[in-house]
Amino acid sequence: MDKDQAIRIVVASGKGGTGKTTVATSLALSLAAQENVWFLDCDVEAPNGHLFLNPKIEAERKAVVLIPRIDMEKCILCGRCVEVCQYHALAEIGKSILVFPQLCHGCGSCTWNCSSKAIKEIRNPIGVLEAGLAKKGINFAHGVLTISEPMATPIIRQLKKWHKPEDGSVMILDAPPGASCSVVETLHGANFALLVTEPTPFGLHDLKQVIGILGDMKIPAGVIINRDGIGDNQVDEFLSQTEFPILMRIPYSTQIAGAIAAGNTLLDVSPEYIMEFQTLFQKIKNIIAENEPC
Amino acid sequence: MILIISSQQADINSPVDNRFGRAQWFIKIDSDTKKWEALTNPGVNQRGGAGVAAAQIAANNKAEVVISGDFGPNASGALNAAGIRMMTFDQGISTVQDALDHFTQGKLTAFG
Amino acid sequence: MLTQANHVKQLVILSGKGGTGKTSISAAIADLAHSSNKQTLSVMVDADVDAANLSLVLQPQKSEVHEFWGGSVAEIDKSKCIGCDLCELLCRFDAIFPYPDDTGTYFVDPIACDGCAACVFGCSQEAIRLIPQQDGNWFHSETRYGELFHAELFPGKENSGKLVTLIKQHARLRAEDTQASLLIVDGPPGIGCPVISACAGADLGLIVTEPSVAGIHDFQRILGVLQHFKIPAVVCINKTDIYPEGVEKIRQFSASQEVAILGEIPFDDHITQAMVQGKPITTPFPDAPSSRAILEIWEELFSRLT
Repeated sequence: MDKDQAIRIVVASGKGGTGKTTVATSLALSLAAQENVWFLDCDVEAPNGHLFLNPKIEAERKAVVLIPRIDMEKCILCGRCVEVCQYHALAEIGKSILVFPQLCHGCGSCTWNCSSKAIKEIRNPIGVLEAGLAKKGINFAHGVLTISEPMATPIIRQLKKWHKPEDGSVMILDAPPGASCSVVETLHGANFALLVTEPTPFGLHDLKQVIGILGDMKIPAGVIINRDGIGDNQVDEFLSQTEFPILMRIPYSTQIAGAIAAGNTLLDVSPEYIMEFQTLFQKIKNIIAENEPC
Repeated sequence: MILIISSQQADINSPVDNRFGRAQWFIKIDSDTKKWEALTNPGVNQRGGAGVAAAQIAANNKAEVVISGDFGPNASGALNAAGIRMMTFDQGISTVQDALDHFTQGKLTAFG
Repeated sequence: MLTQANHVKQLVILSGKGGTGKTSISAAIADLAHSSNKQTLSVMVDADVDAANLSLVLQPQKSEVHEFWGGSVAEIDKSKCIGCDLCELLCRFDAIFPYPDDTGTYFVDPIACDGCAACVFGCSQEAIRLIPQQDGNWFHSETRYGELFHAELFPGKENSGKLVTLIKQHARLRAEDTQASLLIVDGPPGIGCPVISACAGADLGLIVTEPSVAGIHDFQRILGVLQHFKIPAVVCINKTDIYPEGVEKIRQFSASQEVAILGEIPFDDHITQAMVQGKPITTPFPDAPSSRAILEIWEELFSRLT
C-alpha cells in the first residue's frame, strides 16, 4: 500500500445488534489523539454513529438516483426504453411512458438508447448525506435513507465518493447488518474488515455469511467477540479452523450494556479500552502489511 | 372483451395463480368468442418490477380486465394508468375457467 | 381458531435496529400460536434472507430446497472486445475495468455489476451479454411448530426484496391451501427494500424495540415506514432493565403516536440459553420472565388479529 493512502477499516457483523457501532465509535475515539480519523456511518437505513460521536453537521447534500423524465413532445412511443430497462421501471401505457422512480436504479440505459432524445435525467432524492466535525476532531459523515425509499446501496456509494479521507488518515466505516449488496458496497476498497460477533448460534451463522463475502473480495479480516461469556463456544471453535484471528474480546457486562443504551461510549465506562483499541489498531496495521503484495 | 387471468399452468382448466407479477402464466381470453391462449410471463424469473412488466403485457394485449389474487402498488399504478380494470379471485374459484365464469356472472369484486 | 377462513392474517415483526430480539420473539410467538390455548394454525416466514436465523430455533425436521435465480451480471467476450472503452464509460456502477494485460480489452467485476445491461446495449461489437445468476436458495420446511418458508441469499448478493416477496407468496398460498389463518413474518433489520417487501400486505406490524438511544432512534424510523404504508403498528419493549429511562422515553413516544405497547420483556439470560438449545424460549423455559411476558403479548396480538 502507498504510504500516503488512507487506511480504510470496515466494521461489519452479519447479525445486527452485536456491537458494530460500539466498536467502530470506540476505535475512532481511541485513535483520535494520534491519527487523523475519519468516520463513515454506512448503515444508512438505521444510522446510529452520530448518537455517540455527536457531530456538528456543517455540510449536507441530497443522495439521489438519476431517473428518466420523458418529453412526450419528442417521444415517438417506440418502446425501446421499456425494452432496455432491466428493472421494469418504465412501462408504455396507452400513449405515454410511465416511470416508476422506486424501481429505477439510475443506470442511464433508457437515456442512451432513446433515438429521439426524448429522455432527460432528473435527480430523484432518496436520502441525505451529512458531514461535520465530531467529538475529538473526528471527521464524521453519514447517509440517511428517506423513510419509504427502498434503495440503500446508492446512498452508500455516494457517501463514499463524497466523504473521501485525506491521505495518511484512518477511515472507519460502520457497515449495515446482513451480508448482501449494501455490505459489499461498504467493503469495496477496504484494507481491512473488523468483524464483530457474539458467541451465540445467531452470531456464528451470520458471521459465516460475512466471511463468505470477504473471500471473493480478498480483504483481510479479524474478529472481535463481544458479550464474551454468553451463549456457547461455537464461534471460537469455528474460528480456530479458519485464518481469521480473534483480535479482542469484550466480556458481557450489564454496566457496559446500560451505559451504551444511555448514549455513552464504551470508553466512557471503561477507559482502559482506549489502550486495547490502540493495540488493536497496531495489530490491524500489521495484518494489512502482511497482506500487501510484494 | 379481452381478459387476462393469472394461472399456474398454460391451460384454461389449470389452477389460478394468486400472484400477478410473478404468475407462472397468463391466460388471455376473449369473452365474446371464448377463444383463449396462454402467455408466458417473463416477470416470473426477473428481478424487481415484475408487476410493471406484467401490466405491460396486459396493456400490449389490449386487455380490459385482469383477474388475479392481488396486485402490488406498481402493478396497480400501471394498470390504473392503462385504464385496465382489476378484479380479485373470490371463494369458490380454483381454476381459470371458474374465474371466467364468476366474471361473466358478475360475481367478482373489483380490486382497490 | 381465527375466523375468516378466506383471509390469512399477516403479522410482520420488525425493529429497525438489529439485535433487539425479533427472531427470538418470532420463534416464541410461533410456538405459542401452535401450543397455547389461543391456538392458531400458522405459517412462518423468515424474511431476513441475508442473515436468516429463525430456522436455527425452529429446527426444521425436513426441508424442500428450491433454487433462487435473481439478477444477472454482464460478461465480456474477450475475443470480440476491441477495447473501445465505451462500456467502461457507460457503466455507472464502476464495474468495468481494463484487463490487467496488454490486450487493451475490458472485463466486468461481477460483484460490482448491477445487471443494468447499459454496456450490453452500448457495445458495438455485441461482445457483452447478461448471464443469469443463482443468488441463493429458498426452503419450504416442516417444523414441530408449523410450516416455515425461509431462504439463504448467497453472501454479497443483491437483497432487492424479490426473494422476500417470493417466499412470502409461497407461504401465503400454502397457508390458504392448509386453511392456516396466520402468517408470521420475521422481518429483516433496517427500513429499506427487504423491509418494505416484508411489510407488504401485513395486517399488523409488531415492532420489537429496546430501551437504548440507538433502539429508540431506529424504532422511530421503522414506525415511520409502517405509518407510510398504513399498516397498524403495535410495539413491545425487550430488555427493559438495561436502561429504565429509555423505557420511559419509549412509553412517551408511543403514547404521542398512539401506538399501543403490548408488553415489556425483561432482559433474560434464558433467551440465549434457549437459542443455544435451538428452541423457542417458551418451550424449555415456559415460566421464565421473558416467556410470561411474550405469552401476554401473544394474547394481545391474538385479540387484535381476530
